[in-house]
Amino acid sequence: MPSRMTTAETAELRRRQRGKNIALVAVLAALALLFYAIAMVKFKVS
Amino acid sequence: MDKQPVTIVGGGGASAPLLPVAVLPAEAGDWLALLKPRVITLVVFTGFVGLLVAPGRLHPVLALAAVLCIAVAAGAAGAINMWYDRDIDAVMRRTAKRPIPGGRIRAGEALGFGVVLAVASTLVMGLATNWFAAAVLAASILFYVFIYTMWLKRSTPQNIVIGGAAGAFPPMIGWAAVTGGLDVMPLLLFAIVFLWTPPHFWALSLYASADYERAGVPMLPVTHGARVTRRQVMLYTLLLVPVSLLPWVLGYAGPVYGLSALGLGAWFLLASWRVLHDQQDASGVSLTNDAPAKWAFRVSLVYLFALFGALAADYLIPGPWHG
Repeated sequence: MPSRMTTAETAELRRRQRGKNIALVAVLAALALLFYAIAMVKFKVS
Repeated sequence: MDKQPVTIVGGGGASAPLLPVAVLPAEAGDWLALLKPRVITLVVFTGFVGLLVAPGRLHPVLALAAVLCIAVAAGAAGAINMWYDRDIDAVMRRTAKRPIPGGRIRAGEALGFGVVLAVASTLVMGLATNWFAAAVLAASILFYVFIYTMWLKRSTPQNIVIGGAAGAFPPMIGWAAVTGGLDVMPLLLFAIVFLWTPPHFWALSLYASADYERAGVPMLPVTHGARVTRRQVMLYTLLLVPVSLLPWVLGYAGPVYGLSALGLGAWFLLASWRVLHDQQDASGVSLTNDAPAKWAFRVSLVYLFALFGALAADYLIPGPWHG
């Protein structure tokens, strides 16, 4: 991480970190939901 | 949204060297771009139609998982392709702004992302449907990465003919997800996409040949010239149209598909005919700024979507042709 960043650059960094975090949470939640749904269907079928 | 790489001036002030562009984390959109979303659209659609017309039933949740796996696997192959092709992407105008040559994602990160998605999509496909479908899915990724990207693309002008097989896998994967095996129909669907790929990509390469030449990719217009390429576009379209009719002729599809295939085939043939007879100079260079090739490229895209759409419609519309 650079030692000095302008305010605009810091804001840009924060914005990107926030976007990345939200995207990761969304992907993980979707994966959990998918695995849950697959497991439920498989149980029902068997 | 500004997609340009952000550079940050280092601690030494204005005269200090700029820090590497990748000091800022990439945006979610950059990771999505690694997956080649436009290619995924076509792959998902043909895979879904393969799944839809297969005999038997798959629970909607499992069908959704299967289509998702096809999409993610195609994206994974695209990400690995971008990792390997980062050197040529950087010199081609069409690809220079991709996340890796654009400096927004490091090459190693892209490779890791692609490998993780490839493994995950294969495992989920196996767990959700069956391991045969997962094996075909894995084969399609391996074929695209090793046979097309790493071997054929840079070594032969026939790269997209053989490499096109990778894009033809999805209908077979969709079918295999339902049935756990393969049959004549999925092989026909494979053959249709396989034969569609050369005229589709060669139409594009006719007006992007300067890009390929700069990158040293031996596309047909670069190695054999535009005149030969135009003939090959016509030849493969002539092969494609009768093969596209086989599902109807052999009784796997009804008249909705058959008549659509006839009409769409005639349209694609017309587009290829116009490419073949484009006004050109003695060396084969287009005098119309490759307008027919640009049109044929667009026609080829609509053709494949419409053909598989017609197959889905044929399946969904009740009629006496459904045994």
